[in-house]
Amino acid sequence: MSESSPTTGQGFSLRRGIEKVIDFTEPAVVGLIHLCGWSAIIFVMAIFFFVFKESLPAITGLEEGAVHGEVEQLDLVEFTTSPKWIPESAKKPTFGILALMVGTLSVTILSMVIAVPLGLGAAVYVSEFAKGKPREILKVLIELLAAIPSVVWGFIGLVVLNPMLVDMTGEPVGLNILNAGIVLALMSVPIIVSVSEDALRAVPDSFREAGIALGANRWEMVYKVLFPAAKNGLLAAVLLGIGRGIGETMAVLMCTGHSVMMPTSIFDPVRTLTATIAAELGEAVRGDMHYHTLFLIGVVLFVFAFIINLTADLIVKGIKVQGNE
Amino acid sequence: MNYQVEFHDVNVSYGSDIALRNINLQIPKNEIFGIIGPANAGKTTFLKAINRTLEFIHNAKTEGDILFDGTNVKTIRNVYELRRKVGVVFPLPVGLPMSIFENVAYAPRRSGIHDKQELEELVERCLQQAMLWDEVKDRLHMLGTKLSGGQQQRLTIARALSHSPDVLCLDEFSIAIDPVTTMKIEDVLSELKDEMTIILVTNLVQQARRLADQTAFFNKSELVEYGPTEKLFTSPDNQLTYDYVTGDFG
Repeated sequence: MSESSPTTGQGFSLRRGIEKVIDFTEPAVVGLIHLCGWSAIIFVMAIFFFVFKESLPAITGLEEGAVHGEVEQLDLVEFTTSPKWIPESAKKPTFGILALMVGTLSVTILSMVIAVPLGLGAAVYVSEFAKGKPREILKVLIELLAAIPSVVWGFIGLVVLNPMLVDMTGEPVGLNILNAGIVLALMSVPIIVSVSEDALRAVPDSFREAGIALGANRWEMVYKVLFPAAKNGLLAAVLLGIGRGIGETMAVLMCTGHSVMMPTSIFDPVRTLTATIAAELGEAVRGDMHYHTLFLIGVVLFVFAFIINLTADLIVKGIKVQGNE
Repeated sequence: MNYQVEFHDVNVSYGSDIALRNINLQIPKNEIFGIIGPANAGKTTFLKAINRTLEFIHNAKTEGDILFDGTNVKTIRNVYELRRKVGVVFPLPVGLPMSIFENVAYAPRRSGIHDKQELEELVERCLQQAMLWDEVKDRLHMLGTKLSGGQQQRLTIARALSHSPDVLCLDEFSIAIDPVTTMKIEDVLSELKDEMTIILVTNLVQQARRLADQTAFFNKSELVEYGPTEKLFTSPDNQLTYDYVTGDFG
């Protein structure tokens, strides 16, 4: 005992040394993990701060003053209510984004009208009805669909859908709300499918068994049991789709026709907020009113995103409150 | 004798796994039929074979003839009607994501009862039979999924009773329920057998002894033996059965 104890003592102290090092690095590791978590918040704040800072002169007025008879301060009422977007006019530049907002909303709403039923239906099929090979093939294909770059979708809208719509509707040009809506719908379907399929899969099988044992047929089981049980996930899927619709730039730039006008039907071309920023920011003179206004459009997009998320939160909470009564 | 459920040479397999091997038994009407046996003995598969919910397990294969009220279940066209005639209570409580009232009123409404008062009476009766009425009568429109585990389990019992089934299958219904409430539900079951046949799958051997008129012992996918409960518990034909009911199993 007395002979072996020094050796074990030594080994013990060595191990303790290593443990000490680990103990010492522990706070650093914890700090790093905290930093990773906070970085998301920091990035969002930084983006918001930068966009807001760049848009501020449009509201408060340019510091250097107007260069050559330019608008010195943006009229916010005109900004939100005028459908005229003529930023580079030599006579009288006008900054109205109403037509752009209507463009974004109409394209997004149309795409959701197409994509939500299609996406939910596909998710139900993949998760509840398809089996074996077809199911695996479908899942791979849907994931592949999600990986197609948006410029390719824009190309499809421009080259494939455009002449088809001209043939079918008799309009002179097929680049309009309908075209962009279809392309955007096809782009959001894979997201909606994969997120809502996950939500449906997460419903335990015991729910399905219980529904079926009550004599429900499969559609009733899906509609009465699975949809309510997975509603939060399904809502998240739809919101991600809407988010994609509002944020998408390249495809809508290529498919909407990109002309500033108030649409009266889905066969009218429109221009969206995002496409305007993408197309014009590179050409705008840094520091002039046009430049700052484009950043203000970015703030408007922020507000849209915020409203969507808030609505979603309220809907989910509303469902919960109702359940507690 | 008039049998409610009959199994003739029934084999069930999941792929290469055999779940039930050569089952032959008859369950008389208006009896409580107990099924005991260790885990993986095929008890739940037995229940699922009756109302054909096995069809939802994609590699399940059923051979042989299962007669429900004299009709071979294989030949039944309207499988939904068959399932409504069989009330099932699963071992894990599943409150469906609708209100408590809707949970119980769902099946009756599907079978054509739309009168509000009739529905309300029916829901109250079922909830009372499941010993849940007093606890939920003031909050019938709360989500069923918000109830505690034991309450949800009793909700599933009420739900199974709601469509006045010919057969009530209870798959280990008392797992999540306290002993006092369990005893109360057992009393209700003894009364209910005038109206329906009850198949009681249970891990509590003594529960089968208390309630069942006949008891079957399943082990390793096979029906070891079945017969009047007292005989099975006191002088079974098979040594395995004796070991199991006396607790010497394994």
